[in-house]
Amino acid sequence: MSANIEEILRQALEALAGVQDLKQLDQIRVDYLGKKGLFTLQMKTLGKMEPEQRKQAGQIINQAKNQLQQALEQARTALQQAELAKRLAAEAVDVTLPGRGHGVAGLHPVTTTLRRIAQIFAAVGFKVVEGPEIEDDYHNFEALNIPAHHPARAMHDTFYFDAHTLLRTHTSPVQVRVMEAEKPPLKVIAPGRVYRCDSDLTHTPMFHQVEGFLVDDDVSFADLKGVVYEFLRAFFEKDIQVRFRPSYFPFTEPSAEVDIECVMCDGQGCRVCGQTGWLEVMGCGMIHPEVFKAVAIDGEHYSGFAFGMGVERLAMLRYGINDLRLFFENDLRFLQQFA
Amino acid sequence: MRISEAWLREWVNPPVSTDELVEQMTMAGLEVDSVEPAAAEFSKVVVAEVVSLIKHPNADKLKVCQVDVGDKAPVQIVCGASNVREGGKFPAALVGAVLPGNFKIKKSKLRGEVSLGMLCSEKELGLADDASGLMELADDAPVGMDIREYLALDDQCIEVDLTPNRADCLSVEGIAREVAVLNKMDWQPEAFEGVPVSHQESIAVEVEQPEKCPRYLGRIIKNVDVHAETPLWMQERLRRSGLRSLGPVVDVTNYVLLEIGQPLHAFDADKINEAIVVRDSQADENLDLLNDQRITLDADTLVIADRKQALALAGVMGGQDSAVSEQTQNIFLECAFFNPVAIAGKARQYGLHTDSSHRFERGVDFTLQQRAIERATQLIVAIAGGEVGPVTEVLNEQFLPQRQPVQLRPQRIQKILGIEMSGDQVEDIFIRLGMNVESAAEGWRITPPGFRFDISIEADLLEEIGRIYGYNNLPNSRLLMRSALGAAPEARLPLDRLKDLLVDLDYQEAITYSFVDEEQLKLLMPDEAPVRLQNPISQDLAVMRTTLWCGLLNAAAYNTKRQQNRVRLFESGLSFIQTGSIVQKPKLAGVALGSVFPEQWGEKSRKLDFFDVKADVDALLALTGFDFKWLKDRHPALHPGQTARITKADGQAVGWVGALHPELEKKFGFDTQVFLFELDLDSLQYKKVPRFTALSKFPAVRRDMALLLEEAVKASDVIDCVMSAGFEKLRDVQIFDIYQGQGVESGYKSVALSIVLQDFDQTLTDSEIDAIFNGVLQSLNSQLNAKLRY
Repeated sequence: MSANIEEILRQALEALAGVQDLKQLDQIRVDYLGKKGLFTLQMKTLGKMEPEQRKQAGQIINQAKNQLQQALEQARTALQQAELAKRLAAEAVDVTLPGRGHGVAGLHPVTTTLRRIAQIFAAVGFKVVEGPEIEDDYHNFEALNIPAHHPARAMHDTFYFDAHTLLRTHTSPVQVRVMEAEKPPLKVIAPGRVYRCDSDLTHTPMFHQVEGFLVDDDVSFADLKGVVYEFLRAFFEKDIQVRFRPSYFPFTEPSAEVDIECVMCDGQGCRVCGQTGWLEVMGCGMIHPEVFKAVAIDGEHYSGFAFGMGVERLAMLRYGINDLRLFFENDLRFLQQFA
Repeated sequence: MRISEAWLREWVNPPVSTDELVEQMTMAGLEVDSVEPAAAEFSKVVVAEVVSLIKHPNADKLKVCQVDVGDKAPVQIVCGASNVREGGKFPAALVGAVLPGNFKIKKSKLRGEVSLGMLCSEKELGLADDASGLMELADDAPVGMDIREYLALDDQCIEVDLTPNRADCLSVEGIAREVAVLNKMDWQPEAFEGVPVSHQESIAVEVEQPEKCPRYLGRIIKNVDVHAETPLWMQERLRRSGLRSLGPVVDVTNYVLLEIGQPLHAFDADKINEAIVVRDSQADENLDLLNDQRITLDADTLVIADRKQALALAGVMGGQDSAVSEQTQNIFLECAFFNPVAIAGKARQYGLHTDSSHRFERGVDFTLQQRAIERATQLIVAIAGGEVGPVTEVLNEQFLPQRQPVQLRPQRIQKILGIEMSGDQVEDIFIRLGMNVESAAEGWRITPPGFRFDISIEADLLEEIGRIYGYNNLPNSRLLMRSALGAAPEARLPLDRLKDLLVDLDYQEAITYSFVDEEQLKLLMPDEAPVRLQNPISQDLAVMRTTLWCGLLNAAAYNTKRQQNRVRLFESGLSFIQTGSIVQKPKLAGVALGSVFPEQWGEKSRKLDFFDVKADVDALLALTGFDFKWLKDRHPALHPGQTARITKADGQAVGWVGALHPELEKKFGFDTQVFLFELDLDSLQYKKVPRFTALSKFPAVRRDMALLLEEAVKASDVIDCVMSAGFEKLRDVQIFDIYQGQGVESGYKSVALSIVLQDFDQTLTDSEIDAIFNGVLQSLNSQLNAKLRY
């Protein structure tokens, strides 16, 4: 290699060693390999040489160019990596800091419970129907076989507006309203607010119930037991013990109360179940012939069952809530637990 | 009702434990609420007799007694009770005894005198909540006998919570009958022997209301010793049923009520003027009742009267004037059957509830009166002596409840209960229940007995079968129902979707009472008439809400008082408005206050404003896919400058959004701005089902313009003006800046608009674009007096 070419290459590599950024790197490329670069100029001198000499000199120049080219590429890669590393370092964040913006709130536990109940029944074709909360005496009592002065009225602690207008004491009037308007087969659940004139540690003057009923050609108490049983297992997601006790509701006959094995103590007996190991969770029965009569459905041909349950009670058992009054204080510290 | 297990077992004694007995009752529909020991735990307490006593030498109120406790020699016990006396018999806790509350009796010295035990009161033995002195034992109480044995205290009190249809079980006899059926035991009610009549005096009985009182029995018992002591066994049984001893006559009537379920009443015979008249009350007639309450009667309350005045509220409570008192010598014993419809509701109407009314309104066996009056007579005479007169009975049989046979068909057993049962089994159940069973062409004809008021249709008989067979023994069937494919109505916007959106926008769902404080409601909705409750639970929950804001504001304030400075709540539910009729409308409402975001490192804290809440409401409205209008308006609850009324495109009202009126902030307990919205759910229940429109293949063009407008011109005016200018190719218009200040004359504002133009058939040319731009401008200029700024 001629001394001149060697010198140019040395200079170039020296310059390259001091390069700080891609711009300087590019300048070196232009200075040596560009159209007017030093190596390019050397190449142009080849034309004046003898063919023998030209070939040799050409090789030397090309070697030197290649060497520089490689060095340039290496330097470029190194620079790019350094630059990337710098950016990465600069852009690093503390990923443990909270995200920006607002969070997501939650539904009231009563709503969550109602939705789960509706979901379980919707899967077998029950539809959700709602009714008025200010009811008339007929739908809340009379049509449900609770005439005036019936002792069962004393159990209801009714809020009245006038002699015939009241706040519904249960969701059962929806049963009457649906059967007045539609004919069997019927599969309905009716959730909603109900009201009783009672307020203490274990009673609030407003609470929620879900009424459910089914009317078809041949519905028996065994179907009622099956539905209630499967519902309770689905709701508590547990193979829970269930028992049916004879009871009395004017609008069903036979009537039953349903107890489940206490979910707090697994039936061992605790404060919540009053040491009995059982918890009362709903009332139910076969729809009373008088109710069918009131809505002009043939009770000889059709039969049906109805059930009703307290939503707060189910929510309390499901989530371990120990104070009914919390449901309506709307304390965010309570509500946010169910988000 | 509460009864002693030992008493019940005297009537029927199945070979089952207490737990099993209680389980049987509960599972047969006689729900047992609790089982409690008849007496608290205690030991080493015996019947003792005070042999002699002297005054304590060092204490005025104490006596030093020599007490026979059944040992060879008497023991010395110091006692301070006022009724301690020589010859008296009392319970004595001996040294080593443990009384309720783990109170241990030790040998002690009281002011220098040795005391080897303690004479006890009922309170100290846990038999009563209160006592005035030592517990008096009968003269014939065997000295030295363990008091638990003497009083039969190793017993349980069973509390039965009976449903209103089972009045037949409101007595020991009734429950015994059920228990016998459940255990398939032979059982007969006890026949009580009559007491021989020893005089012929009687009081005439006139029944003016035979429909209400079809059967009335009465008799005079003369020379009754009302000061006689009720025997301890009876006192104990009454106590275990929760009744206090009130003298022999009342105790006996209470006892018979518990024993066989017949309420009786005893009058002082000498206070009855001439005759007993069973009649309806006259309006405004007064009656002083036994509980010291004076009531004013209406015109159709059944009373027991004499010639002069009403003496008792029939079937409910006796009156004071004719009550058995310390001076009474002769009594008139009443034992009647009152029709449930005559009594039902009457006690409640006068604010009363008695053991008697409880039974009569549910139904008392109308065949029971003869037995009951004989039983009561027998007990009164045995305890308090007396001479018995003949029974006067006024019977109007045609008004007694009728017991009609009820048909029972085997196929209904199958259809309703889902079981097959043999004829013998069915008949056995009903015969044991005391019913009359006859075979009929299709099954049976079954006639209920007088004590059952709940058997009138076939379903009632089916329940009896299910109950006795055991609900838990009935089959469980898998749900085999007709099924149809479900519907998926797409045009329906479910409330759940709206709620979920609000939750995702960081609004927490609340549920507040539907009744609110009228004063607060008036502040928010002065012009709407609320529906008022007749019997509110309290004055601050007396009217139904006309807006959900009332409850939500209180819930928000509840939280701000608990250090929550950012509160966002929503609720869905009915509002109630009185407009001739009562209108019940479903609403969705929200309240928000505090900063936009929770306090955080990455965002500068900014207070919520109208437009934050508007965005949330817009998001709800957008779920419908329909167009809504925001109109500037006034609402009494809201800030006059920050109130919007929302309507549908056709003007139908949808709701309100705004800031709580600053005057109301303090009144509801806030010291910050509060934003509210309330929407009619009826107008949000439907949504648009999407309809595809083709996409343009040609580019859209955006042109901006800055306009000078009078300050009062609303954004919606500008948008409406542009959109209605009639340019089909104008796709969208946005306001992207509003400016007031330097360079803009006061009273004016600069509004920057962008319009987006696009054609389906071609790329728009500059001249087309300019034409639309100028057209829009012209429209703005002519309608809103807008000027182009540059």
